[in-house]
Amino acid sequence: MEFNGNKSIYLQICDAICERILSGELAPDVRIMSVREYGAEIGVNPNTVMRAYEKLTNDGIIYNKRGIGYFISSDAAETVRASQRKEFLENELPEIIRKMKLLGLSPEECLQVNEK
Amino acid sequence: MITIKDLGFSYGDVPVLKNITMNLEEGRIYGLLGGNGVGKTTLLTLLCGLKKPQLGSIDIDGYAPYDRKPTFLADQYYLSDEVAAMNMKAADYAANYGKFWTGFDMGKFNEVMNVFEVDAQQKMNKMSFGQLKKTYIAFALACNTKYLFMDEPTNGLDIPSKAQFRKAVTRYTREDSVILISTHQVRDLENIIDPIIILDRQDVLLNASVAEVSERLYFDYTSERNPDALYCEMIPGGNIQVYLNQTGEDSKVNLEALFNTVHQHKELIKGIFNK
Repeated sequence: MEFNGNKSIYLQICDAICERILSGELAPDVRIMSVREYGAEIGVNPNTVMRAYEKLTNDGIIYNKRGIGYFISSDAAETVRASQRKEFLENELPEIIRKMKLLGLSPEECLQVNEK
Repeated sequence: MITIKDLGFSYGDVPVLKNITMNLEEGRIYGLLGGNGVGKTTLLTLLCGLKKPQLGSIDIDGYAPYDRKPTFLADQYYLSDEVAAMNMKAADYAANYGKFWTGFDMGKFNEVMNVFEVDAQQKMNKMSFGQLKKTYIAFALACNTKYLFMDEPTNGLDIPSKAQFRKAVTRYTREDSVILISTHQVRDLENIIDPIIILDRQDVLLNASVAEVSERLYFDYTSERNPDALYCEMIPGGNIQVYLNQTGEDSKVNLEALFNTVHQHKELIKGIFNK
């Protein structure tokens, strides 16, 4: 796994799991790797993975079956989509609009280029 | 659990460690950082019982390491920075010396040797330095000890082995183990060591988890200069700046920047972490 940017590692792990949920790779009620397995897989301290799992649990994206492991929640994809939409509209879009204004690009122009 | 209290050690009249007090807990992979000559290796050799504390004490689950009780020694391993090139095959070395550790697992030794792509049938004195180092790392992990002390383990490893090492430290160790790794190669071990201990001449400057660090310090990677930054370093594409975390926002801890920040603001850092 490649880590980058300013984002702390545990949040990047959350993002990676959310992306696999959105792509359908991780379906509801599928068991995800244990904290230690996942840590070994990506070369990250298990406590960091634990922090990521705790956040995803609090956000209702995964759930913990005591002694068995962590599983994907039944409505995980909707939860992730809703929060990422909010994130996009509140944080990413304003930055894109700022850049478009700076470059004198209209929304139509951008859409046209994208459709090709 | 390791409890170190007021530990002091000198070589002749040159004091190296003085008033070292800290606890090391189970299930953690501690990174021991510090400049040259601050006593990292001395601390490791005191913990494994090779040296005797001159002042203060070390308690490891009720044992004083220097008593060298067999039951204690069988559950701990110290991997020195310098490793001996024995005139024997790696597999024979492991089979013979593994007997001293009750949890030793020959299968695990062979598995880690495979992961590291070192031939266990090769004689150790015919190996390159890196291969020899990997053999000893495989042996250390195969001992399955609760306490594992490693001095500069990534020194001499090639690029793929460094990634393998990071994975192996989690995959092949016990869940209840206390692992302490000293290093200058912070980039080799970034993301795997947590908590971070920074040792200074005769003092512990920091002993905190990465979560605690990011709670108190903010690592900014943007190009805009912040006049309140405790530390600033130019990197391609901008700066790494470190300042006190006022907003509670999370950022990625950069170990090199952390080390330099701590060194330039020793008293301030000790103040904000010792609360």
